[in-house]
Amino acid sequence: MNRPVTGTRARSVRAIVVRAALLTLLALAATFALDPFRNYQLAVIAATFCATAGLTLLVGLTGQLSLGHAVLMAAGGYGYVLVAGPAGDAGLPGPARFALGLAGALAASGAVGVLLGLAGARLRGPYLAGLTLALVIALPAAATQIPGLGKDQGLSVPFEAVPGPLTGVMVVEQWHAWIAIVVAAVAVTPLVVLRSGRAGLRMRAVHGDEVAARLAGVSPARVKVGAFVASSLSAGLGGAVLAVVTQNVSPGRYSLAFSLLLVVAVVVGGLGSVGGAAAGAALVVLLPWVVETVASGLPADVAQRLSGNLAVAVFGALLVAVTVAWPGGLAAATAGPRARLAGRLPRARPRPADPSSGPSSDPSHDLRPEPRPITER
Amino acid sequence: MRNHAPTPTPAAKAMAAAGAAVVGLTVAACSSPAAATPGVDDETVKVGTHQPLTGPAAAGFSSISAATSAYFEYVNAQGGIHGRTIEYVVKDDGYNPANTQTVVRELVQEDDVFALLNGLGTPTHSSVLDYLDQNGVPDLFVASGSTTWNQPEEYPNTFGFNVDYVVEGAALAQHAADQKPGAVVCVLGQDDDFGETFLQGVELALGADGVATYQTYSTSNEDVTAQIGAMKEAGCEINLLATINGFTAMALGTAAQMDWFPQWYASSSGGDYPTLVGFLGEDVGPKLLEGFVSANYLPNSPGGDWYELFQQINDEYNDGAPFDGNTVYGMSVGYLFAEALAKAGEDPTRESLVEAVGSGELVGNGILPLTFGADDHAAYDGVGIAVVKGGVQDFVDATYRVDGETVSAVEPEPVPLENDGIPAP
Amino acid sequence: MDRLVLLVSTGVARGLVIALFALSLVIIWRAARIVNFAQAAMAVVAVYVAFAVEAATGSYVLAVLAALVTGALLGAWVERGLMRRVSGRTPLPGMIVAIGLVMVLQSVLGILFGPKHRPMTPVFAETPLSVGGVPVLSRYDLFVLVVALVVVAGLGLLFNRSTLGLQLRASATAPEVSRLLGVRVPRMVTIGWMLSCAVAALAVLLLVPTELGLNAHSADVLFVHAFTVAVLGGLDSPVGALLGGVVVGVIVSLVTGYASAGLAPLAVLALLTVVLLVRPGGIFAPKEARTA
Repeated sequence: MNRPVTGTRARSVRAIVVRAALLTLLALAATFALDPFRNYQLAVIAATFCATAGLTLLVGLTGQLSLGHAVLMAAGGYGYVLVAGPAGDAGLPGPARFALGLAGALAASGAVGVLLGLAGARLRGPYLAGLTLALVIALPAAATQIPGLGKDQGLSVPFEAVPGPLTGVMVVEQWHAWIAIVVAAVAVTPLVVLRSGRAGLRMRAVHGDEVAARLAGVSPARVKVGAFVASSLSAGLGGAVLAVVTQNVSPGRYSLAFSLLLVVAVVVGGLGSVGGAAAGAALVVLLPWVVETVASGLPADVAQRLSGNLAVAVFGALLVAVTVAWPGGLAAATAGPRARLAGRLPRARPRPADPSSGPSSDPSHDLRPEPRPITER
Repeated sequence: MRNHAPTPTPAAKAMAAAGAAVVGLTVAACSSPAAATPGVDDETVKVGTHQPLTGPAAAGFSSISAATSAYFEYVNAQGGIHGRTIEYVVKDDGYNPANTQTVVRELVQEDDVFALLNGLGTPTHSSVLDYLDQNGVPDLFVASGSTTWNQPEEYPNTFGFNVDYVVEGAALAQHAADQKPGAVVCVLGQDDDFGETFLQGVELALGADGVATYQTYSTSNEDVTAQIGAMKEAGCEINLLATINGFTAMALGTAAQMDWFPQWYASSSGGDYPTLVGFLGEDVGPKLLEGFVSANYLPNSPGGDWYELFQQINDEYNDGAPFDGNTVYGMSVGYLFAEALAKAGEDPTRESLVEAVGSGELVGNGILPLTFGADDHAAYDGVGIAVVKGGVQDFVDATYRVDGETVSAVEPEPVPLENDGIPAP
Repeated sequence: MDRLVLLVSTGVARGLVIALFALSLVIIWRAARIVNFAQAAMAVVAVYVAFAVEAATGSYVLAVLAALVTGALLGAWVERGLMRRVSGRTPLPGMIVAIGLVMVLQSVLGILFGPKHRPMTPVFAETPLSVGGVPVLSRYDLFVLVVALVVVAGLGLLFNRSTLGLQLRASATAPEVSRLLGVRVPRMVTIGWMLSCAVAALAVLLLVPTELGLNAHSADVLFVHAFTVAVLGGLDSPVGALLGGVVVGVIVSLVTGYASAGLAPLAVLALLTVVLLVRPGGIFAPKEARTA
């Protein structure tokens, strides 16, 4: 069956791109209202968003739980600095160095993503989770043992100063926030396009029933690898952005705890929902700061005990609560009001006879408890 | 009724961005205006630090900031420095450089601290060096023995505190050579900057082939049987340790299990007697640690003036927390900062503070004079040797200084306690 | 040669504890088809209780009993209170809830007890016994070996020779049919959790004397190694867990001894990758049915 898709598909892609551009401009404008520290946090949120957007698609649409997404960001970060560093030493100007660095990030994270995708194609749920767990634990060892990766101290990243014409207008944190926002838009928009089209359909098909998908001509292995690669490219860009914003790449930052925070972000935001991934990214970056502020009001020795631990406890509790009570995360919880809001914005015409309708298209469905079996006594 | 699941993406993104803007606006409206000299007003001076209070690395270091805070409370109770109390803001980074970046930016931009004091950890602090430098924040007395903090050209506002690992390695190795010429010397080091630079120091004193075997351990693997086995097989007589306290205890314990009792020499990061007894147990510890040698540069002398003052402060202002090497360390750092603040003048600015430290006029409270100067941002260039005798760890008559490539034995010059440990302006 | 013997025997000793923990993962997989990522954290909580009991009574036996009982109770409580409320259609929600539980448990332990390690003296001597002048296993290692063998034998008997074991396995693989046949499936799942967490608590209790001491993060590395072992041996096989544990322990020891300590995690990762490439279900896994 060869349905011509150019007409409606091209239009919906254009709509997505236009909406992404509008949001990006909105975010760029918002940076003027924030002070430098908030802009730094915004940049970190944008970088985290690159990773969570990919992860939410991976877990939500194809059901593969990756506990090592931090490694993909690490690959992006190291890829960036290993190319941008020598490029800077060779005297290349800022933009060229930055672009080359991004290319390095994409290459590195893409390579790791392909490998993980191949593993994911072969391995079922807990085995893949275990492999990614071992991978993230081995990252510090890899950084220490492989020469040139700077060991525990890591590598320092060439500093991206505010370009000449803008020096009077903005400080460096705002400039970095701009870089982060633009890169995040570039990284996430293709994911949204992918998700809304045939590839997204295939992912849902493979997740729903592999055998049926295979019979329908969809190759599960290829789909899973593709999903991993897509999410890893996005995560890699996020890692590169993080490297630029913090001027440092070291293994300590890409820890198991961070990987778990990414999982928290996508679950709380709602699996499969890119908007949820954005909300989740904001949550994991801002919540520790909020908890610290609250805890600092307490007497010193209590505060010392609570410090650090309380934020983790809150995250853990959120993770449990959301999975138990709101399996769809924030996205599902706010679906009603947002749908009403979205109804007022211009949308693409709905595609005719969309075969993705029904319960299997809802990525959060496997977090919800199944109906009670009739054999229950 | 739409016939597919709602695609929230663009609308949700708009909501998220709008939400962020609203939050940002309200918060931006709340942030305080920048003071003329950040962190200083007529009543208080605010300084900040990043420390690992949680996470796997916290065990060895979390008590340091509490000790420094206790010392500052003591100073504040006596009227402060130039009539100002010192406020110490301690933020946890869990030994994770990502968190360090965030908390240091918070300290500088949100808390408006006057200076950063005693930032702990080599990988953690390295990640914020450039940021602090770019923002002109005085970065005083970094808690790490790396040589990175001693770069006056690159980082004019950054000053170290710990004696660096090269000096420690060289001093301990020289002492080994002096005590037992011709003995087989081996090194057990942490598999990072700590171990490597320590080894460099050892080879400075003993020559490139002076070390029979160099074994490394990783903090993620709490088992050193393989390494100790290798050292025993190599016939080591004196083992130099670039280890943290937990692993020093592991090394001694594992060797004892193998019925092997060589001489142990530890760096100041892993040579604290009370902590080691805590790890090894009250029954086994004192026996194993008899004759244990370690390096130190602070007045860690039971019965000494500084020691007793710190004990009093600990009892009164630190909720009777256990008193060990970390307590002496934390309070000594506090004392040095108070001294710098006093020298910075009646109306201290960031420039005057940095100048006060770099002037070379600070005295500190160590067993050797401070070496701060225009082209030296390291605090100490030598250490004293301490030995455990009869359950008491105290300095013996051996002090070494490293000058470039040479190690020489010198006389200690301990700073006497004056003015009850409150620096005079 | 001496060095090799030392390294291998150290590896075997460490590997046995890993194997015991891996066994607990196998139990829970066989009984409930889930990997409990919170196993390590729950075991650490049980060991803190055991510590308190030993400090109060001075008896190691009571401490062991306390660990087992606390582990079992914790397992039952988590299963009944938490896991029942999440969908079991895919392993994903269970894994996510377990991860959340780890974060909560470790941070609460950190708040209550602080970061310091609490050392524990081993109940038997840790001095290695010598065979022909070469140090091999110590009395403590032999004790761990005996415990591991007893647990494996007990599990073998339970799962393969007893009605309860049959019911446990049936509940995991065919819950509806089992219910029709009169098996109280929810109770079986709970029992599986209780057994599993009790064994995990025992493993961590045996681990702590060989390390720096007990703190909230004591069992993190153990969990990763044990998970690797369970995956290697196939999550369904207790024998696989035992053998896999010893193999992983020996490999880590040899790599640490002949190469460097820093390479050990990479060796574990390499091993896991290689095995999973060849046998995606673990070494001892049954072959997958052809699906298409």
